[in-house]
Parts: sequence; C-alpha cells; structure tokens
Amino acid sequence: MDYLLHTIIVALVYTVFALSLNLELGYTGLYNFGHVAFFAIGAYASALLSLAGVPVFLGMLVGVTLAGMAGALLAVPALRLTGDYFGVATLAFGEMMRLFFLNERWLTKGPMGLPGIPRPLGIHAGVSGLPLYLLLAGFLALAAFFTVYRITHSPFGRALKVVREDEFVAQALGKNVFSLKLRVVAVGSLLAGLAGALYGHYITYISPSDFTLNETILVLLCVVLGGRGTQWGPVLGAFLIIFFQEFLRFLPIPVDFGRVVAPIQGMVYGAVLIMLMLKRPAGLLPEYKV
Amino acid sequence: MMLKVENVTKSFGGLMAVFDVNLELGYTPITGLVGPNGSGKTTLFHLITGFYSLDGGRVYFSGKEISGLSPYVISRMGVVRTFQQSRVLPFLSARENLLSAVPGQKGEQLASLFFKPRRVRREEKQNRDRADEVLELIRLAPLADALSGRLSYGQQKLLELGRVLMAGPKMILLDEPTAGINPTLIRRLVDVLKTLTLQGVQIFLIEHNMPLVVELCDQVFVMDSGNLIFSGSPAEAMRDPGVIEAYLGKADHAA
Ligand SMILES: Nc1ncnc2c1ncn2[C@@H]1O[C@H](COP(=O)(O)OP(=O)(O)OP(=O)(O)O)[C@@H](O)[C@H]1O
Ligand SMILES: [Mg+2]
Repeated sequence: MDYLLHTIIVALVYTVFALSLNLELGYTGLYNFGHVAFFAIGAYASALLSLAGVPVFLGMLVGVTLAGMAGALLAVPALRLTGDYFGVATLAFGEMMRLFFLNERWLTKGPMGLPGIPRPLGIHAGVSGLPLYLLLAGFLALAAFFTVYRITHSPFGRALKVVREDEFVAQALGKNVFSLKLRVVAVGSLLAGLAGALYGHYITYISPSDFTLNETILVLLCVVLGGRGTQWGPVLGAFLIIFFQEFLRFLPIPVDFGRVVAPIQGMVYGAVLIMLMLKRPAGLLPEYKV
Repeated sequence: MMLKVENVTKSFGGLMAVFDVNLELGYTPITGLVGPNGSGKTTLFHLITGFYSLDGGRVYFSGKEISGLSPYVISRMGVVRTFQQSRVLPFLSARENLLSAVPGQKGEQLASLFFKPRRVRREEKQNRDRADEVLELIRLAPLADALSGRLSYGQQKLLELGRVLMAGPKMILLDEPTAGINPTLIRRLVDVLKTLTLQGVQIFLIEHNMPLVVELCDQVFVMDSGNLIFSGSPAEAMRDPGVIEAYLGKADHAA
C-alpha cells in the first residue's frame, strides 16, 4: 500500500515534469535535451533554502522562479542556434548544471548530496507522511495540468504549433518566432522546476546523481510514449513509465546482477525511445489521426 | 507611393539573382511581375518581405523604409506574402490555419490568458466568425475541420490565400497562386482576388499565365536574368521587343 502511494507520488512528479517538456517538444518542436537541469535547479534551490530555515513553500516558489529564469537565460543564446544545435546546446547545459552541483561543494555539498530536506506543511518525513504528500503532489500536478491546458488550448498554443510546423510561414504571418520560443522555454523550465522541488521535498535527499541525462531520457520517453502535443499524453506516459520502472524492482533479480541493471536500464530506455520515434512517433495518444 | 524598391541587388555566389532593380507601385489594385524561369521574381519577393537580406539598395513601404527589418515586422506593417510552393500548416485544420493568421491576438500573450480570459474568449469567438466567413468565400466551409495537409493542392493554395486575407494586409505578394491548380479553382481564386481589391487591398502578383495577367493587372513589371527590363501595361508588354526576346530567346535555347 505504501509502495503504491510512493509510486503514484513519483508518477505525479514525472507528470508535471513531462507536461513541462511537452510544451517545448510537443507543441513547439524544440528538442530540449537538458531539461533535467531545470528540474535540478528547482530541487536544489528549494532544498537549500528550506534547509536554511526558509519556509518550504517560499523556498519552492523561489526554486520555481529561478528555474524559469535560468530557462530564459539559456534560451536567449541557445535559440539563436538553428535546429539540431539547440539540442546540442541544451544537452551541454544539462551536463554543466550537473557538474555545477557536483563541484560547488560550499553550496551543494557536492557528491554527498543534501539529506534531511523538510517536507512542507509539517508533513512527516517518513512513511506516515505519504498520504498527505500524495494530496499535495496531486494538487500541484492538477494545477500544472490546468496551467498547461490554458496555455496550449489558446491562440498562444496555436501559434506554437505554427512555429513547429513552419517557421517561415509563422514569420510571414507576423509571428515573432524567437519571442514565442523564449516564452515557452521559460514556462517549461518553470514547471520543470516545480516538478524538481516537489521531488526534492518528497525524497528528502538529493544529490547530483539524481539529475543526469538518464532523467532527461526518462522524461522524453514519457512524452513521446504518451503522445507529444497532446494534453493527456504526458500524463499517461509518466504513469506508464514510472509504474513499469517500479514494477521492475519487484522482479527477482539477483543482487550481483542488480549492479549491472541500472546502466542496462538506461540503454533499454534509450533503445525504446529510438524505436518509438521510428515506429510510432505520435505515441499512444496521437495528436491527430493520420 | 505604396511600395518602392530602390537599386535592390542580391547575388548568390557568382550568380546575380536580382541586379539593381528599381520599381514603384502606386495605388494600382493589381500589379503583375512576370519573367522567364529563374529571372529573379521569387528572390525579389524574398527581398521585399525581409526573408533574404539585401546586398544593396533599399525598400520602402508607404513612405517607411522596411529593408533590414525582420520578416514578421514587415508582415505586421501590412505586407503579407505567400510562398511559391504551397505551405499550409499540414497538421492544423483549415480553420486553425486561418485563425493563426490573425494579427495582434490578445490570446497570444501569456498574461492575458490568465488575467483576461473573458476578453481572450470573446476575441477568439470574433476571429472564428471571421474565419468562417473567409471559409465561405474560398468555399472550403465544409472542410473547415479537416487537416489542411489532407486538402488537394488547389484547395491548399486557396487556403493560403484565405490565410493572407485573415492577416488583414494592406498589400499582398502572391507567388504564382494559380500554378498547378485546375481551371475551376483558378476562377475561384480570381474571384477572391477581385473581392480583395474591392476591399482596398493591393496585390503584387507573380504569374506565368499571361492571359490572366492581361485580365487582372493594370500594370506589369518584367524581369529577365535578374534585371528589370520592362514596366507598363500588360498589353504593351506583349508587344515590347525586349520582353518578346527574353521569352523567345529562352525558347530558342530550349528548342
Ligand atoms: N537561396 C538561393 N541560393 C542560391 N541560388 C538561388 C537561391 N534562390 C534563388 N537562387 C537562384 O537565383 C535565380 C533566381 O531565382 P528565383 O527563384 O528568384 O527565380 P524566379 O523568377 O522566381 O523563377 P521561377 O519562375 O522558376 O519561380 C535562379 O537562378 C535561382 O537558381
Ligand atoms: Mg519563383
């Protein structure tokens, strides 16, 4: 039972994370391979502040804001690059942020990580806090869901799709392509920061190894499997992938073998992602019927 | 003077695609731009609308210099173009294609979405009504919700024209709107063009179909190998020795 609650909470965190990536990948066609960086910024900023005695919700707010600002700051130069180079730049940024958290020990304690991150509302850190934290995660995931809905089901969302389909047409129709992309990356990063903060306060211990390329691939997989450019796709994708991942832990895998499983998992996810993009690029809930 | 092109030049490597072109569009409703393949017509449109940077010269629109501005800024000033190859947004519906062209939508501002939702909804409703009118005009109303990528080539070209209409332009630059579509649709397109001119929209038209140019245009410019070789009435153009040579000269090579 507790395990189920735990899995749902993680799935909700990934739902928020996937919703945020979908804004960029699904609606705008921006391949952000460093999205985990904003998740990490949200998690670290909020954790550090609350560990320093700042009220948890205030810490989360600052973390979310910082993540959004970092997104905008990255976007300004990265969006000047065309096509694939945006992906390369974001990939590099993701790795840079991980190294930052790893090396700036005065701030982040480096590889030791940050233990004892408090939960908000006095929610208990142990198993007994699960039901309440589930409520909190559910509430914030819902808020993120409706925020994204409002953004995508609007003239703004339509303009994003115009940019995705044909930038030249977008320009000919008077759309400021750069500004649209900049705003969407800022909002996407902000929501990724929310997911990260939610994650950090839930797990109560974070370290740089929680924020690697693996996590970016995982969230990419959620979006692509579920159905990019759709409202429910990332939700479905996040629940499927997280439940599958937790289910794997119950398989009777020998301990020795377990050590090789983690890297293999990354490879398998990467392979599944490539297969999906080739065979079923629209995902389980396609945006349109072809 | 609505549009003024002054000493405009563009080369690609060693190729002079447009060389020292000067032309002025007064208030003529429809102006034609003709010339053999590769003579630089599309390039000139790209230069006017900011999609290519100029190697030399200037462009003015209703008295303001527009050369050097971004394409989207030029579009917002009222100079809207189509592309030679039909470029609908394939995974948006016909109606969404039209809606996406409306300039200055409140709903494209994030803050308005959250703080002025009623205003955004009201505006969207108005825009949808307008889109439905345009769909009637281009006779695609029954296909309003179809993915535009599924429309026939001719229907896509009509939709593109409809999209330009929705942009509420002062001047439109059409790059071979009738190429590759059947005569029935061409007539429909011509009707739309005439309606547009009645509404005061000026049209600058690249067109290979000479009878159509004669029918529609009050003034025509002829280009050959990057140079502007003629300007005047379509009837004069057909008699002009230079123009005839530009076309026949090419034909001789081809033969
Ligand atoms: N981006 C480009 N790079 C290199 N050369 C180009 C480019 N665009 C156009 N050209 C060349 O410039 C010349 C003029 O081309 P343009 O497309 O303007 O001709 P056009 O008059 O529109 O011809 P058509 O009637 O076939 O459409 C051609 O020789 C073409 O190959
Ligand atoms: Mg051309």
